[in-house]
Amino acid sequence: MSDNLISVNNVSVNFDYQENFISKKQKIHAVNNINIKIKKGSFFGLVGESGSGKTTLGRAILGANKISSGNVIFHDDEKDYDLTNINKQDLKEYRKKAQLIFQDPYAALSPRMTVRDIIAEPLEVMKITNSRQETDERVRDIAAKCRLNIEHLRRFPHAFSGGQRQRISIARALVSNPKFIVADESVAALDVSIQADILNLLKQLQTELNLTYLFISHDLSVVAHVCDIVAVMYLGHIVEMGPSRELFRNPKHSYTKALLSSIPSIDPEKRSEAIELKGEIPSALNPPTGCVFRTRCPNPGIDCKGGEIKMGLTEVEPGHWVDQCCVI
Amino acid sequence: MSHLLEVKNLDVKFDTDEGRITAVENISLSVDQGEVLGIVGESGSGKSVTAKSIMKLNPGNTSYNEDAEIILDNENILQFTTKQDLKKIRGGKVSMIFQEPMASFAPAIKIGAQMVEQLLIHKNINKDEAKSISINMLKRVGIADAEKRFNQYAFELSGGMRQRAMIAMALSTMPKLLLADEPTTALDVTIQAQVINLIKDIIKEYQMGVIFITHDLGVIAQVADHVAVMYLGSVVEKGPVNEILKNPKHPYTKGLLQALPDINNLDAPLSPIPGNIPSPLDRPTGCVFRTRCPHHNPEGKDGKIEMKLIEVESGHWVDQCGIKCGQNE
Repeated sequence: MSDNLISVNNVSVNFDYQENFISKKQKIHAVNNINIKIKKGSFFGLVGESGSGKTTLGRAILGANKISSGNVIFHDDEKDYDLTNINKQDLKEYRKKAQLIFQDPYAALSPRMTVRDIIAEPLEVMKITNSRQETDERVRDIAAKCRLNIEHLRRFPHAFSGGQRQRISIARALVSNPKFIVADESVAALDVSIQADILNLLKQLQTELNLTYLFISHDLSVVAHVCDIVAVMYLGHIVEMGPSRELFRNPKHSYTKALLSSIPSIDPEKRSEAIELKGEIPSALNPPTGCVFRTRCPNPGIDCKGGEIKMGLTEVEPGHWVDQCCVI
Repeated sequence: MSHLLEVKNLDVKFDTDEGRITAVENISLSVDQGEVLGIVGESGSGKSVTAKSIMKLNPGNTSYNEDAEIILDNENILQFTTKQDLKKIRGGKVSMIFQEPMASFAPAIKIGAQMVEQLLIHKNINKDEAKSISINMLKRVGIADAEKRFNQYAFELSGGMRQRAMIAMALSTMPKLLLADEPTTALDVTIQAQVINLIKDIIKEYQMGVIFITHDLGVIAQVADHVAVMYLGSVVEKGPVNEILKNPKHPYTKGLLQALPDINNLDAPLSPIPGNIPSPLDRPTGCVFRTRCPHHNPEGKDGKIEMKLIEVESGHWVDQCGIKCGQNE
């Protein structure tokens, strides 16, 4: 029995792209050759800027995006699900076990459904419960766990604030009793005072319900606080991965270092210590050869400047992996 | 010395179908030349409404109180009614940078044309001069290939570049006051660091006054000289940035700082501020923060203490109810 819940092996996701109907068909390399193992009961963080492929990877793991090469395996208690060639029946089973929490709680909830119907919908669609009574019971149960009042269930989403709406989204994701949750920027749209509340709730539910999270975020301080393991993505590649404390205290890759230094410090006396990165993230249509970060790297070596070093992670310390270009 | 901008006792109310909403109540602020005033607060705290009042950009159902004054260059903006007067302010003496640069540029007009258009309105110059000013400004904000970008549309630029172009456009008329409404919120951290440095350089160079609105205390710490903390339409604490962030007195300011995940102190628990921001339709009487205040004193809890800022240390003002609660910890 492996203690991993998800194994992602050499996964790439490409999208076809055609600027107009006469131009050549091109490929966008959104996610390239990713290997990650998500342990049972872990809080796995995925950070990166917009366009780094973190959402695409999250969706690929849920089977919502086609995987171009490689495979994703979900290790359930009795059985492994291989998402690259999964049959319809298994996919339905998998959907019950892996769920998604979205970013924007204002867009994710239908304004025409009551909170009770929103939370109950997955149960009905997946035919998990057999009677209305049973459905109601489970809805009430999960709502209480997400700290929603019973009287809230009769109301419509417009009556709720951002934090409450996010709790409704969480309740809906958890009602089918999943084991794996992808939380895609789930606190990005919330105010700081509410954000802390939702993060604490996610943590608490993790121990209560034995959940495993893939937590996608662009906010490094949030990730540092809640995640056990963190992978940093840049332009479709993982450039550094390791236990979160180790990674944030002792970053090895120049991109991770730059990201960390870019977080504005709340100490007014510590101004502009940011390692300023020049330019912007290159297009995924035409990524740099070799190390994808070399065009913005503040201190590139001679070899990587020419793009002669291939991307690949090396283990520098137990569990701490860094792209080889920055290790040499 | 008189201030560049002085806002006195400003109330802003909106008439809506559900009733009259108080968006901003009794706000007094001032900005000097070359100074950055940061306004922090969560959504719905009235930061943007305050800024928009300075350009009278709030919608038609807005009413201001009679005794309020917004004085810029010895003129009360709230008294302006004619288009001619307002034109001097909007884009002339005062410019604004918005959060979402894609929404602020007209999508079907080239960036250059939009920059030239506003220069022709505010400055007494011809088209060629306007074009060269615009291109120089684009170069100044660090846009490579300024001539090429001048002839492009907003969608052809990346997010960081659009925000730079927006800053160039706002600065090209040489305003005395710049209103920056969450200018870095939509950007990635690495780009945010670039834009913050750019804004700081430009303030130094042009010596303008700036109101910098954000919900991110980290950004405030990096750019502001003075800070005003807003909650539900009221300023609950204001003062020099060092004072406010290192020695906060009001429970709301303290709460905000504690809710913020700090990457240098990963062992600190995240403590949210309990409860939710009340709807502006049922704004609490007395202290606006009392419904969520973790340390409320009995009088403050019943709403018997009026909101009023008191100077606790030189330049550091705290709401009087908040001072009492602060002592309760």
